[in-house]
Amino acid sequence: MSETVEKNLKAGDAEKLEGICSRHGGDKGGVIPILQELQEHFGYVPEEAVNFIADRLEIPRSHFYGVATFYSQFHFKPRGKNIITACCGTACHVKGSDRLINILGRELGIPEGQETSEDMEFTLEKVNCVGACSIAPVIIINKEVHGKMSAEGVTKAIKKLKGGTDGK
Amino acid sequence: MGSNGSGIEIKVCMGTGGIAAGGEGVLGAFGEFLARADIQARIEKNCSRHKVGCRGFCARDVLVDVIIDGQRTTYQYIKPDMVQRIVEEHIIGGAPVSEWEVSDDYRAFHDRQVKVVLSDCGEIDPEDIEAYIEGGGYGAARKALTGMTPEEVIDVVKRSGLRGRGGAGFPTGVKWEAARKQPPGLKYIICNADEGDPGAFMDRSVIEGNPHCVIEGMVVAAYAVGASEGYVYIRAEYPLAVERLKAAIEQARAKGFLGKDIFGAGFDFNIKVKLGAGAFVCGEETALIASIEGERGMPRAKPPFPVVSGLWGKPTVINNVETLANIPYIIRRGADWFASLGTEKSKGTKVFALTGKVRNTGLIEIPMGMSMRDIVFSIGGGIEGGRKFKAVQMGGPSGGCIPEQHLDVKVDYENLMQLGAIVGSGGMIVLDEDDCMVNVAKYFLNFTQMESCGKCVPCRVGTKRLYEVLDRITNGQGRESDLDLLEKLSRDIKLSSLCGLGQTAPNPVLSTLRYFRHEYEAHILDRKCPAKACKALITYHILETACKGCGACMRVCPAGSISGRKKSPHMINQELCIKCGSCFDVCKFKAVLKE
Repeated sequence: MSETVEKNLKAGDAEKLEGICSRHGGDKGGVIPILQELQEHFGYVPEEAVNFIADRLEIPRSHFYGVATFYSQFHFKPRGKNIITACCGTACHVKGSDRLINILGRELGIPEGQETSEDMEFTLEKVNCVGACSIAPVIIINKEVHGKMSAEGVTKAIKKLKGGTDGK
Repeated sequence: MGSNGSGIEIKVCMGTGGIAAGGEGVLGAFGEFLARADIQARIEKNCSRHKVGCRGFCARDVLVDVIIDGQRTTYQYIKPDMVQRIVEEHIIGGAPVSEWEVSDDYRAFHDRQVKVVLSDCGEIDPEDIEAYIEGGGYGAARKALTGMTPEEVIDVVKRSGLRGRGGAGFPTGVKWEAARKQPPGLKYIICNADEGDPGAFMDRSVIEGNPHCVIEGMVVAAYAVGASEGYVYIRAEYPLAVERLKAAIEQARAKGFLGKDIFGAGFDFNIKVKLGAGAFVCGEETALIASIEGERGMPRAKPPFPVVSGLWGKPTVINNVETLANIPYIIRRGADWFASLGTEKSKGTKVFALTGKVRNTGLIEIPMGMSMRDIVFSIGGGIEGGRKFKAVQMGGPSGGCIPEQHLDVKVDYENLMQLGAIVGSGGMIVLDEDDCMVNVAKYFLNFTQMESCGKCVPCRVGTKRLYEVLDRITNGQGRESDLDLLEKLSRDIKLSSLCGLGQTAPNPVLSTLRYFRHEYEAHILDRKCPAKACKALITYHILETACKGCGACMRVCPAGSISGRKKSPHMINQELCIKCGSCFDVCKFKAVLKE
């Protein structure tokens, strides 16, 4: 374990990482579950954490990155406090998800080409299909599924969300 | 807990759709008002209140069944604040609240369906193994393991005519037999629940609604093949399905339906759950295997097929969720019963996700061979808003569309293939006159070019080029030579790609070219989008004579392109307009025109 690794991880994190190592160390095919646990814990996949685990398990770091970059689930940058997921499945697409995404991007202040607002409050992600097509178009706000969304509905939901976070 | 004809039963739909509509609140409200009711003591014992999985008709959620002494009343669009009245008037008073009951179209939605895979979905509590057992659950596994040889099981599945429901339609029994014939040793059963097709949610609904039938199907499959280990590879995007599946596996293990010496038959089998990480290509069997092995999910050339050399080089059978969910019912009721459903070469039923511009959207199960017209117009209730039907897109990014002139096609594997579409995993997206077919093709090619794993050149580069051509056509920059280019490129990609993703990726292009060539030509030659869907080819105007000057459009316009004084006609500044269509949607006087 290198010094930089230790410096960038908090005390509780190291314990978590040790736990992940001991749980998946012997697993054949454990790389993906490890990455999934890292993302669950940190909200993204931090470089220091991957390096720590790769070195500990004696698996090349490059293998972790090769796998992690292949799958769209993994994020390498910290994400916003609130995650807003816009479904871009076919049913949502034909029911106007593009417009909802434009509105969301604007209302949440997400810079063009980015996913997360500068104040780290909001992340807007697009996913292929969440499989709730019969209530399309669908927006998921912090894991809560909102079906049959309209432009007004989105605006209202975001207002409520912003009110909630300001109040904290 | 089953409907044995006495007592009171309340079933609240708690699939993803039901929960999104507030199912949790409705379930809680029933608990509260039932507890508060004076006659609580009298009904308590007989009254059960439980969550069920998907009822199919998610557009009407929250759906609630109240069954009193076998008499079922179904309510739609139920919110928590409506529960008190149902409890007081119906459950206590005995008179159903008729204005909240489902209407005729709800019955029309269900009447033409034949439920096999979904027979318990929406009826039983998916989080309670006893509910499944009470209806005969795990009886098929017991029957197979204690009363049949593996060969007999394979024979039943072969005779039933069951074919893979993941899309390709390969005979399930034949696949099992091939794996059975491999030398004894470690073998695997994998349940493919990586339902990646956008517009498909059959597998999610089955697992959310009745996870045990999938587990039981896997136990039977494992016994037939001689496999001792199983995996369910399921999308992480389906959190509720994952949670219910994991809980169900624990319950099955506690009951001894998984683990060592199942049913005392000397047969061991265990199931692990692996979460996908968001790669469409992992629906392809060899890519899925690579992903379970912890690698980048890239496919490899076949043969060897997975039944010979699959997971960690061992013989592996990969079956789709719906395929496995059929197995318990086939074993329980016999091959002949299953084969009596469907058409000559496509037996049984198929679950479809009916969505898009149809009035009744939801999950449906029909016998193979029903006409597309019946599906869209009888079950689906026709097109919403009185608009004109255009096509049904089937099979997602690997599929094609069925236009109006072929609406009478009997839906089965062979017939759809002939028309350039596929049964696929079962996504059925209805399109109307407002949908541009070039745009639909572009949507799918954007999807496949993003999801191409990049291993083989025809798919990696080819899908990208197809997308670019479609993109310029929808932007009004198409060239006359583009149609030939699309066709030639499509043929090359189909012929030379490594796996199913690339081999089928051009289908949406070829299919729309086949039936809607005139739409492509209108984009290229006239620079017009007949469906008025492609932004670059339309403009919005305000009709002075119709505009009341209410200001609604001005308030909603995100670009600030609309101006005008109150009560006098407004104007759109074309320089500023971003063609988002907000004004068109918001105008109550039909004063905004799209041209």
